[in-house]
Amino acid sequence: MMFAAAAAAILVTMAMALARAVKGPNVYDRILAINSFGTLTVLLIPTFGFLSGRPEFMDLALVYALINFIGTIAVTKYSGYADMGHGDGRDDAGDI
Amino acid sequence: MAALLDVASWALIVAGAGFMLTGGIGLLRLPDLFTRMHGASLIDSMGAGLLLSGFMLQEGFTLVSAKMVMILIFIFFTSPAATYALARAAMYAGIMPKTDADSVRRAEDAAASGREDRSSKTS
Repeated sequence: MMFAAAAAAILVTMAMALARAVKGPNVYDRILAINSFGTLTVLLIPTFGFLSGRPEFMDLALVYALINFIGTIAVTKYSGYADMGHGDGRDDAGDI
Repeated sequence: MAALLDVASWALIVAGAGFMLTGGIGLLRLPDLFTRMHGASLIDSMGAGLLLSGFMLQEGFTLVSAKMVMILIFIFFTSPAATYALARAAMYAGIMPKTDADSVRRAEDAAASGREDRSSKTS
């Protein structure tokens, strides 16, 4: 019962993060929303494991946390070079 | 004892879900990238911490619980690093925090007039 409530809260928060990722005015809002979405996925995996009575998916959550962090750092590092060397384009920098 | 552990873990899970919803609302409704970052950090620290602590109390001393401790430590260290990298990239791209310029100017005017009043009183 409590696990179902926690899963519902996580799913609602995931919907909010997706709405921000669709609506976000620039690319950094989208990176932030997808980072939060990944963290919520990491939390949804144990919650679903407890909900279905088989909490053995912690390895998936751990690996997903690693991939989420590496992906966020990589996209953040290269988002300043979104024009790929074409034009100086400082005004629309990061506008992927 | 088991009932006490159940109550404690349920309280932690409900508190974590509440903090997570609060962070999601902040992520959706706050006016600025940097304030939205504040809301997302609420999801990462309080939501994940309280929720996984509640799951650990539910599970006991097992391998699953040890893996949850590892997830918790990893999120504890990587979430500030990712937030810092994102804020640095955004400021490098020219996105500044939104401040209320009118309120800043009013505060400066009030400070200047206060100084003038004080100086006129003393002179």
